[in-house]
Amino acid sequence: MTAYLRPVSLNDALDHLASTPARILAGGTDLYPATQSQTLNGPLLDITALPDLRGITAQEDGLRIGAATTWDDIARAPLPPALRALQQAAREVGGRQIQNAGTLGGNLCNASPAADGVPPLLAVEAQVEICSKAGSRRLPLSEFLLGPRKTALQPGELLTALHIPHSGLSGHSQFLKLGARAYLVISIAMVATRITLQSGQITGAALAVGACSATARRLPQVEAALLGQPVMGADRLIDPGEVAAALAPLDDLRASATYRAEAATELLRRCLNSTIQTAGAA
Amino acid sequence: MTLSFTLNGKSVTLEVAPSLRLSETLREKAGLLGTKVGCDAGDCGACTVLVDGAPVCACLTPAARVEGRHVETVEATTETLTRLRAAFLRHGAAQCGICTPGMLMAASALLAETPQPTPAQAQEALGGVLCRCTGYAKIIAAVCDTQPASPGASPAQGAAVGASPERLDGAAKVAGDVFGADLWQKGGLVVRALRSPHPSARFRFGDLAAWASTHGVQVFTAADIPGRNCFGAIPPFADQPALAQGTARLRGEAVALIAHEDGTAPPDLADFPVTWEVLEPLLSPAAAMDDAAPLLHETRAGNCLIEGRVIRGDAALALAGSAHVVSGQIETGFVEHAYIEPEAGAAWMEGDCLVIRACTQAPVMDRDDTAAILGLPHDKLRIIPSAVGGGFGSKLDVSLQPLIGLVTLKTGRPCRMVYTRAESMASTTKRHPARLWGQIGCDKDGLITGLEVEGIFDTGAYASWGPTVANRVPVHASGPYFTPHYSARAKAIHTNNPISGAFRGFGVPQAAIWQETLYDRLAEAAGLDRLDFRLRNALRDGQKTATGQSVQAAGIADCLSALAPHWTRALAEAANHPGRGVGIASCWYGCGNTSLPNPSTIRIGITGAGDLRLHQGATDIGQGSNTVIAQIAADALGLPLAQFALIGPDTALTPDAGKTSASRQTFVTGRAALAAGQSLRAEVLRRLNMGPAAVLTLSGTTLSATENGQTASLDLGALPVGALGYALMAEETYDPPTQPLDANGQGVPYALYGYGAQMVELAVDPALGTVKLLKITAAHDLGRIINPMLATGQIEGGIAQGIGLALMEEYLPGRTENLHDYLIPTTGDIPPIESLLIEVADPEGPYGAKGLGEHVLIPTAPAILNAIRHACGAEVTRLPALPHRIRQAIREAKA
Repeated sequence: MTAYLRPVSLNDALDHLASTPARILAGGTDLYPATQSQTLNGPLLDITALPDLRGITAQEDGLRIGAATTWDDIARAPLPPALRALQQAAREVGGRQIQNAGTLGGNLCNASPAADGVPPLLAVEAQVEICSKAGSRRLPLSEFLLGPRKTALQPGELLTALHIPHSGLSGHSQFLKLGARAYLVISIAMVATRITLQSGQITGAALAVGACSATARRLPQVEAALLGQPVMGADRLIDPGEVAAALAPLDDLRASATYRAEAATELLRRCLNSTIQTAGAA
Repeated sequence: MTLSFTLNGKSVTLEVAPSLRLSETLREKAGLLGTKVGCDAGDCGACTVLVDGAPVCACLTPAARVEGRHVETVEATTETLTRLRAAFLRHGAAQCGICTPGMLMAASALLAETPQPTPAQAQEALGGVLCRCTGYAKIIAAVCDTQPASPGASPAQGAAVGASPERLDGAAKVAGDVFGADLWQKGGLVVRALRSPHPSARFRFGDLAAWASTHGVQVFTAADIPGRNCFGAIPPFADQPALAQGTARLRGEAVALIAHEDGTAPPDLADFPVTWEVLEPLLSPAAAMDDAAPLLHETRAGNCLIEGRVIRGDAALALAGSAHVVSGQIETGFVEHAYIEPEAGAAWMEGDCLVIRACTQAPVMDRDDTAAILGLPHDKLRIIPSAVGGGFGSKLDVSLQPLIGLVTLKTGRPCRMVYTRAESMASTTKRHPARLWGQIGCDKDGLITGLEVEGIFDTGAYASWGPTVANRVPVHASGPYFTPHYSARAKAIHTNNPISGAFRGFGVPQAAIWQETLYDRLAEAAGLDRLDFRLRNALRDGQKTATGQSVQAAGIADCLSALAPHWTRALAEAANHPGRGVGIASCWYGCGNTSLPNPSTIRIGITGAGDLRLHQGATDIGQGSNTVIAQIAADALGLPLAQFALIGPDTALTPDAGKTSASRQTFVTGRAALAAGQSLRAEVLRRLNMGPAAVLTLSGTTLSATENGQTASLDLGALPVGALGYALMAEETYDPPTQPLDANGQGVPYALYGYGAQMVELAVDPALGTVKLLKITAAHDLGRIINPMLATGQIEGGIAQGIGLALMEEYLPGRTENLHDYLIPTTGDIPPIESLLIEVADPEGPYGAKGLGEHVLIPTAPAILNAIRHACGAEVTRLPALPHRIRQAIREAKA
């Protein structure tokens, strides 16, 4: 029978990972769909009994979100407005059933171009916390995601948490997802925007787009164009050409590349406007 | 591992593999089969259970994860579930019932947090459970209305027709019904199929015996088939092997069966001894029609299965003389039925009789096809339809029946088989992709003068129902409008694509997309309001159809007139909202087989003990024939509906009521039920010497008739018992009167037609090309409403499938063989639907009733396209109208 370990201490988990390669099982919402079998091929390391892997805690340097925190946990948690986009994304991951099982860390490790969690996390400058027998390291999320189904995780390593630095926790954010149906949809495009405002001017802008490129990405040039600008008419400063250039959009069964570039611009503008509105109302 | 948890309030301890899916754990280890498996991927939500109160997909939950926790399934007895079950029955929220356990559990979690949810809250909470039958409206209504209410009383004697009793087979559905995968004989074999990964290939087997022996399994191939390895829905076109013989013609075709002992691990098929010689596949009709293309079936030149045609008058001449002519082309793709129950069934021997219990829409056709394949006489093969978790046409064709039949016949042992979702999607039939092009003209007053249309349908690797599509399309492509000059041809072309077969409407929905979008443009050319244009041209009694048939009980004008006030209101509202559009489209559809016999027989018997039994062989796949046929029989006989017990369907117990297709059951089997009820009543009245108005009473073993204060009684127990065990019995058959179509398609293809028209209100987001449906108003002529709740359930469900066809569904072989890449509508995709039930009684129908099941899907997609064009000018001619296609069409409209 396939080995199935469900350690209750991180040390045990890392010891095990150091000695035997294992598939890491969190929510199971990506591993099970990938097989027709009634059991998973192993060996398996179930990380859902590890302490400190689930939940959101305030720390000196920001906020820590355990890698096994579920989407439902995120949606229900009292979080600052900068993480509103992440909470909105949490309610768009599958249905309630998936939100109750699927985890943030799993979403990142699965590294789908259409992972719902990525744009909101990129927009708050999230860093991943990776542990192994050798110790722990942190990496910006953008450096963790290397391509479709590819991450920077090395053998023996476990993604244990996300860290949102204080700089990422300022301002307000919003998330928009576009798909061909209302629920349970893999998006054609999705965006997250986070801004900080001062006296009607944009003092900070983070724009991220997912499902349009091999991995979701920030749009630094487009962001730069917004800095110091008044909120009125700011959406028009999002230049379609720059968005398209930054994304090199995908062409697949869900949409054409031309459409994606166009839609990403439109979604960014709308998302920015709704973020400005939320920020203004606060 | 030894797993201990609380299951529905009781402690259980099971021996399981830790990563075994909880769904499998519950079903196979705990023996609770109420939890249904639709996809094994978290896409459909059918397996939703509660773990510590939270809804999760059991198929994604490792067994080890529930150690020490509380698991609640549909088998639980809780106050909330009791209220939900009652509400589901009261509202008609369960049709086929396969999603019902998942819906109940998801709803149960919602009610725990929000005892009185709003529809929006219910919609969101149930967004993770797919239903393919209902269009969700009645489910949402039920979840929002669970306060205890008195159960709906069964209709009074003589008042069953027109009432909405709780469906007679409903209790099982809200408890978790017994579908194809849910009943088998223990200690047998589990069957799996090895399928072609290539759309076109030759193959050879290596040493099968050695492989089988190494793996401790048995292997069966075409060489083991004792009968004729060839089946097909329409016998003269039969061409499909149960197991491919050296050549695979589509991806997913079964080439071998592997049977392993139930309870043991299935063998890894990676080293199965088969060698593939991959051939260049024909993946489009254009490629298949090329002169140089190889033939899929050697007798079919040009890979053409059949061409259907209907020619009346001189369409070319009429078009040349028309004041206005519009032309256009539309294209549609493969559409998957996406029932939530993948094909499943079990087989076993009863003496020397092979019994096959599986999901099906056509038990007698299954028996005939399977018996021929297995070389069995009909009386040595019994088909018992399981509860059917959705069919929509695809379960008309045999799927696993001959496969499991073969294994049991060869081994003498019971067996069972359940298709995976991917296997179901790859190997079973689809809606035909269509390309239709042509022109329609009208005179200066907007009266249609002539129509010319040609269609190419990709019928895939085997015939299946391709001939039906090729024949139905030319008959119906005028829509329900008087068209004096007409020329319509439809070709079904073989390719190495999935088999295209029957899917709600048999090609007519594709044709309606063509004709109804052109009629909008023609109305515009003639300067007429689009509804007014349709009303002017609506078929009227006595007018001739394109096949020369004189129309009776034409309800289309009534449907359009019923929509008129809604139309006026909607147009006014749209005028004030940029981006809003209103569209309309009609349908008509002939009920029953096209110019072919399709009799139904119904038996009603009363035993000496006073039991009243209806042998109801019309397979209920969720649409409601178990209830509707009983309602008709009850009023025809004149006894209360509640006194009837249903028998069957079962080829050993029920006379043949034909297949559940072609919108024929309410009409054809309904007529047989009417005749059987009337016949039994006449017999009773004759024996009691009472007049036709006498009121019957069945009490204990006494059957009485009362008229004008006089009562006469029969002691049933004293009557001799007939061969079938009844003291009194009637059996009647009805076959719709049709006439063959001649070489020009002239004749009487159907004994009656149903009609309808739908109006769609929507908003287009022009920048994103997305569509928000706001409301659909559907007027359908049912002739006579037998059961309003079931009728509106059909309308809502058909519209949901029409929405899918219009906006999101396209099956791409090898790329969308799951329910997350192949999208069907969720709770959030269906707007409010208002049904207007119209009754233009047809003398041919039982109590005047007409069919409805397919009609309801036909107008939806064209009405949506017409509303999109009205909203923003975009003419989408390639379906589905995905956002990028609508954006493209908007750009083209502006250019």
